[in-house]
Order: sequence, then C-alpha cells, then structure tokens
Amino acid sequence: MTGIQLGGIDYVILIVYFIFVLGIGWALKRYMKTSSDFFMSGHAIPAWVAGLAFLGANLGAQEMIGMAASGAKYGIMTSHFYWVGAIPAMFFVGVFMMPFYYGSKARSVPEYLKLRFDEKTRTFNAASFAIMTLFSSGISMHALAKLLNLLLGWDYHVSLWISAAIVLIYIYLGGLTSAIYNEVIQFFLIVLGFAPIVFLGLKDIGGWAGMTAQLDKVAASQNFPPGTWTHSWTPLATATGNPLGIDWFGMAMGLGFVLSFGYWCTDFLVVQRAMAANSMSAARRTPLIAAVPKMLFPFLIIVPGMIAMALTMKGGGFALPVKGDSFDYDMAMPAMLSHYFPHGMLGLGLTALMASFMSGMAGNVTAFNTVWTYDLYQGHINRKASDSHLLWMGRATTVVGILLSLVTAYLAQQFNNIMDFLQLVFAFVNAPLFATFLLGMFWRRTTGNGAFFGLLGGTMGAAICQGLTISREAHGIVGIKGGWLAQMFGMPPVHTYYSDMALSFWTAIFAWTFCFVITIAISLMTKANKTDSELTGLVYSLTPKPAEEAVAWYLQPMKFGLFVVALAVALNALFF
Amino acid sequence: MNLDIRLPLGLMFGIMGLILAGYGLASGDRAMAGGEVINLNLWWGLVLLVFGGGMLFLARGSIQKS
Repeated sequence: MTGIQLGGIDYVILIVYFIFVLGIGWALKRYMKTSSDFFMSGHAIPAWVAGLAFLGANLGAQEMIGMAASGAKYGIMTSHFYWVGAIPAMFFVGVFMMPFYYGSKARSVPEYLKLRFDEKTRTFNAASFAIMTLFSSGISMHALAKLLNLLLGWDYHVSLWISAAIVLIYIYLGGLTSAIYNEVIQFFLIVLGFAPIVFLGLKDIGGWAGMTAQLDKVAASQNFPPGTWTHSWTPLATATGNPLGIDWFGMAMGLGFVLSFGYWCTDFLVVQRAMAANSMSAARRTPLIAAVPKMLFPFLIIVPGMIAMALTMKGGGFALPVKGDSFDYDMAMPAMLSHYFPHGMLGLGLTALMASFMSGMAGNVTAFNTVWTYDLYQGHINRKASDSHLLWMGRATTVVGILLSLVTAYLAQQFNNIMDFLQLVFAFVNAPLFATFLLGMFWRRTTGNGAFFGLLGGTMGAAICQGLTISREAHGIVGIKGGWLAQMFGMPPVHTYYSDMALSFWTAIFAWTFCFVITIAISLMTKANKTDSELTGLVYSLTPKPAEEAVAWYLQPMKFGLFVVALAVALNALFF
Repeated sequence: MNLDIRLPLGLMFGIMGLILAGYGLASGDRAMAGGEVINLNLWWGLVLLVFGGGMLFLARGSIQKS
C-alpha cells in the first residue's frame, strides 16, 4: 500500500472534529448529576437522535472497512448483511420487543433477564457480554491504529493511545449522552464524507452498467456466471455457485434470523441507545428510524468496494493493493479515498473513518461500564451502593474499560476479514441469546432454570458444532475455522463447509436450536420461579397492549415498521 | 437533554464547509473522474455549509433559549 501524504488542510479538518468531540463532552459534563444521567442519558434522548446513534454504535471498524472489503470480494451479495441481516430484526425489536425493554424499567439488557428469570441468567449474560464488548472495543482500536500506521505512517502505539485517550475523555465527562452525540456526528460524517466517492467512482467506471460489465469479468475469472457480483439472491441457489460459499437457506436462517436477531434484538450495545429515548413511543421508533439509513448504506459502503474491484479489472489508474497472492480487500475503502479525494476532502474522508472507529470503541465502553456498574458491581459486590457512588463507579469503569480494551487491542490477532471473525464470536455468545429472549418475552411458562441452562447449552452446543466441523477455507488447519474438537477425538471433521461464513452461520443456527429446545425442555420440567404479577410488563401475554400513543399515524411503530419492511423487500427485489 | 445536538452538528459542518470551500477557491487541488477535473473541495464544501446552516436553522429555538 502506497501511503497517503496528508496536507495541512487535512489536519485542520481533523482538528476541527476533535475539538467538537471533546467540546461536546465538556459541555455535557454539568448535566451528569445522577447515575441515570451517566448510564441512560436520563431517558431524555429524542427519537431521531437515539435512532441515528442506534445505527452509529454499530458502525464501527468492521463495517466501514469490512463491508467495503466484502463488496469487492463478493459484490452486492454483501447487502444481505443489511437487507436481510438487519432490517427484519430492527423491525422486530422496535415493534415487538421494545415495550418489554422500555416498559420493564430495566436499566440494561442483563437486568431484564434478572427481572424476567433470575440472578444467574443475568450474571451469565452480563459477564459474557462484558468480555465481548472489551474484545470488540480492542479490535476496533487495533484496526484503527493499524490502518493509520499503514496509510499515514503514524506510529501504531501513539495512534492507539491517543484515540483511546480521546474516547476516554469524552465518555468520562459526558457518559452515554456524549457517546450518543458523537455517534450522531459520526453518522453524518460518514454520509457526507463518503458520498462523493460513490459519485466519482461511478462516473469513472461508466455508471452502474460500466461497473456490471467489469464485475462480470471478475466473476468469469473465478468461474462464476455473469451477474454473480451484481445480484443478491440468484447466485445463492447453491453454496458452490457464489463466492460466499453459502446457500439461500443458510443465509436466511443463519444471518437473517439467528445472528441478526441475536445482535439487534439482544445486544445491549445497540438496545442501550433505544432505552435512552425519552418515551416509549420514541424507544420503539428508535430501531425503525435507524433502519431507513441502514438499508441505504450498502450504496455508500458496499458499492465503493464493488467500484474498486471493477476499476481494478478495467485497469488504468486505480488498482486494489495486493497482499501476498491475493488482493488486500480491506484496503478497498482507504484506497478509494486516497485515489479520488484531493487534500481537504481527504481530511474529511479520513476524519469520517477515524470517527467510525472511535465511536465503535465508545459504544462498547459505554455498554461495558453500564453492565459492570449495574449488573455486576451493584448486583454482586455492593448491593447498597448509593447513586453518587454508582456515578463514580461508572467513571472509574470507563477508565478501566479503556485500559482493558488497550490490552485486548494488543492481543488482537490479524484476520483476513474482520467480519468473519466477529460473526464467529457472535455465534457462540449471541446466537443462543435470542432464543432465550423470544421464549422469555412470549412464553410465560419459561423458567429461570430453563433460560440459564438453555443459554449454557446453546453456547456449548455452538462450540461443539464448530469444533466438530471445519471450513474448506481452513485448508485443513484446525482452530478458529473449526475442527479442533474432532482432532481432539482423533477423527476427521464430520462436515466440511464451503466457506468460513457458512461455518459460522450454521454454527449459529445450531446454537439457537440447542438453546431453544433445552430451554423449553427444562422449563417444562421445572417450576415457574416468578408469579404472574411479577411478570407483568415483562411477558407478552401478561402485559396490557401499549395504547397507540398520541403521535401522528405515520409515526406509530407498527405502521412505520411495515413501511420499513416494505422498503427492504423492494430493495431485495430490485437486486434479486 | 439540555444540549441540542443540532447546535454542534450545525457549527461543525458549517465550519468544515467554509474551510473546504475556501481551500477549494484558493488552491489547485482537484478531483479527477471520468476525464473531468472537478473542484470537489469547493462544491462539497458548499454542500456541508448548506447542511450545517440547515441544522443551525432547526436548532434556532434552543439557541434563543441559551
């Protein structure tokens, strides 16, 4: 990768951003009076702000770099991560689940599990979630520092510590509100910073038709039929007919149902943004508002990757950097930035990229400090802690969380495609979780023991399935790509998946099924540990239907939600 | 919350827009696409300026309060 030389003007743009980031933290400091202000923004965030933050919190390193990389590597099929892997789940969490999250007065997702089930289920979830957020935060920081080193020649350690320090300062001062405001700023920075790339790139390649012509050549060079890069569903007829190595069922069930619902509906990182909204109606609209830009993001993030691939195929001017014997797909977006943007705009694009990494980190840290303080510290260590002590603990945890993220950043290994790895982690921890919530919210008979052992069984089931099977892309090397358990027993893997992605999607499907079945079986064998009155507000059949709020009809969650789903269906049809 | 997010949004993008548009007028840094030379800094700086101005316009209520 040839480096980018930043000019003075680029640094000016970057500095303006940093001044505002820190300034917002400083301006919010005086409003942080109680732990509720710090951890839940005092339930005072308007719906549109919560909605954009809901989206921004998820818009971290894996998305900006990984999705453009996948666009180059796999084409428009990558949009399944949006149109299939996000929108239906966002609809479900907003319309059906938010009444229980927001209405239960739980302060976190694990706390809902305590109210609905019991302490051990909450603790299991809180602990696994805390570890996962630290890990994600560290990966985000590592990726940022590595990128800055590669692109700009900045020192890895200096980049790591400076970005950590900035995130630390603004969360320490302004808590969740600071994180949310910065996520909104980051959202607009990404849209306004990257949109010209799409415009210039399409102009260069000769529009959508010009791009398709080049991508058909890419498909042919890998023995796939024309249209493989520009159609989202047709190539999924068989797992061998597309570069993802997965078929439509694995895609729809693994990503569209299990992984996506597991993430958007139960991950406290995103749900926390909706819980900070200023009313039940606003909380329910939060994921739906987020869904609208979310489904348009493929055009902003995936299409530049596709253009990069097409331009490389066309030759002359732009070429994707090469790493070893293949393209360095992760460089697709940075390479496009440096190719098209003159100084000035380059600063803006780079600022958008840095903002996305930093707010990815910040989102994890705010979720971590809340879960630690409310669920682990107040739940186990100091039950009688005063509110001012909890506020102090939140700030202290922010410092510790950042330091631990630095540790995980240094531990973070280098993977070919960050997304594949994160999907695998989510498969173990998140995939079974949605079964627990689904049963907990919609089947009153689910018991605490059922939920706990279901979760445990689901996570273990995920590990067992992953260990017994292997991905073809592992090339026989057991470990992260499966096969380790089979090797332990001295036998060959029971099944070889066509790709890493197929392995993680199917692992998730099994994990969810294990959890679902075990939870039902144990619930039927154990006595209910909560009375019906204790479950009011937590379970669908025992909760009065929320009256349609006094908002305009198009703002009512169900109607707004159906509009969002219709739009997503139309996009899928358009690129079928 | 007592700080209207549209205020920092408007200010930040307004300032960035002014800087970019000014730089686009003053310098020779241009974008190239499809054989055309585009003064991207100027045009996109103006877009940011309009966006920032729009945000400040929406935030006018909370500006008056403070």
